[in-house]
Amino acid sequence: MAEFPVSVTVNGQARRGTVEARKTLADWLRDDCNLTGTHLGCEHGVCGACTVIMDGVAVRSCLVFAVQADGSEVTTIEGLAAEDGTLHPVQDAFQKCHGLQCGFCTPGFIVSVASFLEEHPNPDDTEIREGLSGNICRCTGYQGILQAVKMAAETMQSA
Amino acid sequence: MLLACPPVKPAPFEYHAPERLDEAAQLLAEHADEAKILAGGQSLIPMLALRLTSFPHLVDLGRVADLRGVEQANGSVRIKAMTTQAAIEKDASVGAAVPLLAKAIPLIGHFQIRNRGTVGGSIAHADPASELPAVALALDASIEVTGKGGTRTVAAADFFEGTWTTAMAEDEILSAVSFPTWSGTTGFGVEELARRHGDFAIAGVVAGVELDGSSVKRAAIALFGMDSTPVRASSAEAAVTGTSGAAADLEAAGQAAVAELDPPTDIHGSSAYRKKVGAVLVARALTQALEEARRG
Repeated sequence: MAEFPVSVTVNGQARRGTVEARKTLADWLRDDCNLTGTHLGCEHGVCGACTVIMDGVAVRSCLVFAVQADGSEVTTIEGLAAEDGTLHPVQDAFQKCHGLQCGFCTPGFIVSVASFLEEHPNPDDTEIREGLSGNICRCTGYQGILQAVKMAAETMQSA
Repeated sequence: MLLACPPVKPAPFEYHAPERLDEAAQLLAEHADEAKILAGGQSLIPMLALRLTSFPHLVDLGRVADLRGVEQANGSVRIKAMTTQAAIEKDASVGAAVPLLAKAIPLIGHFQIRNRGTVGGSIAHADPASELPAVALALDASIEVTGKGGTRTVAAADFFEGTWTTAMAEDEILSAVSFPTWSGTTGFGVEELARRHGDFAIAGVVAGVELDGSSVKRAAIALFGMDSTPVRASSAEAAVTGTSGAAADLEAAGQAAVAELDPPTDIHGSSAYRKKVGAVLVARALTQALEEARRG
């Protein structure tokens, strides 16, 4: 099967490779870029664990082929914290509010919430619930996650 | 430990990424029933991943720049096929011209899906439970389909033929959809029942009304999730037109809308349940539309 060249800026770093067309962006990030923070749950667009930011908007990386991402800029969970290790306000809030338990869904939640708060800096509860509806968590019962989104919104607004 | 052969879910396919619509049409003509169009991929890629379907050739429209954008002219809004649902959701001028789009689009999947999912892809996919085909049907949208020989226009009423089946030939591409803009004293409503926000609708209704003084001059109603295609509720439209839109009129319209339908039964609801829900949703969507129209 033919392979295609792909060139993607991942977390600010140029990454090049060749891929089979049927390889998803999620598999390419994990297998070829060794960025295994992007998790794969359902692999058909339901659970949201694989969410990344592509050209400024949150997308499910299991529903994008790597060839489709050629030429784009991608931010994964690994690209959110500062270089010195200072956590992104959303990461910090998830930790402080117990917004995670086993942690499997967490990268997808954090990337989704970071993107959601860019567009909704001061969300109400209904907007937060709608914003979280594309990610599934099987441990927490979501209350800690809701609290974390509120805390992160406040932190990001006062920053 | 890494597997010797890294896991890849879909079956193999040849990938084509044309930059012009005519090239895409040519590729489809060459590969006929072996090729499938890849638009936003938010329905197709899951089906490929689950191997519910496979195609030897995928023609990706993502690089066709001329298939993105919106034009407003001659009383309608023309949305090119690869315009994302999120782009329409964020475009206030489209929302003002075709309020039903602004109300229906937030119910499609989740925001991450709408960032990739396209208007043309949703209509071409023709899932009976999805919102945009119903909006197109209710508003008498015109659907442009392009093949090797050129572009023809199909009325939404003639477009949807069955589950995932449309009036497009195998070598045709949905290239744009024009939604008429309503003028006068108008209001619109969308009601949908789903288990959670963003899930597939168990039943849904889109409705528009135009008032003449206090009476209904025109009504447009379409239901989704109730049959193998979206359904235009002409008898309900007739039932409510000319009335003052009192509660009893809306209830009668709801009953008329579902009278002839035989909705599917699945784990989320029986056929009879869907009919009851559909009738209630018609009345609610009309209520929403009338309230909006009366506010002016």
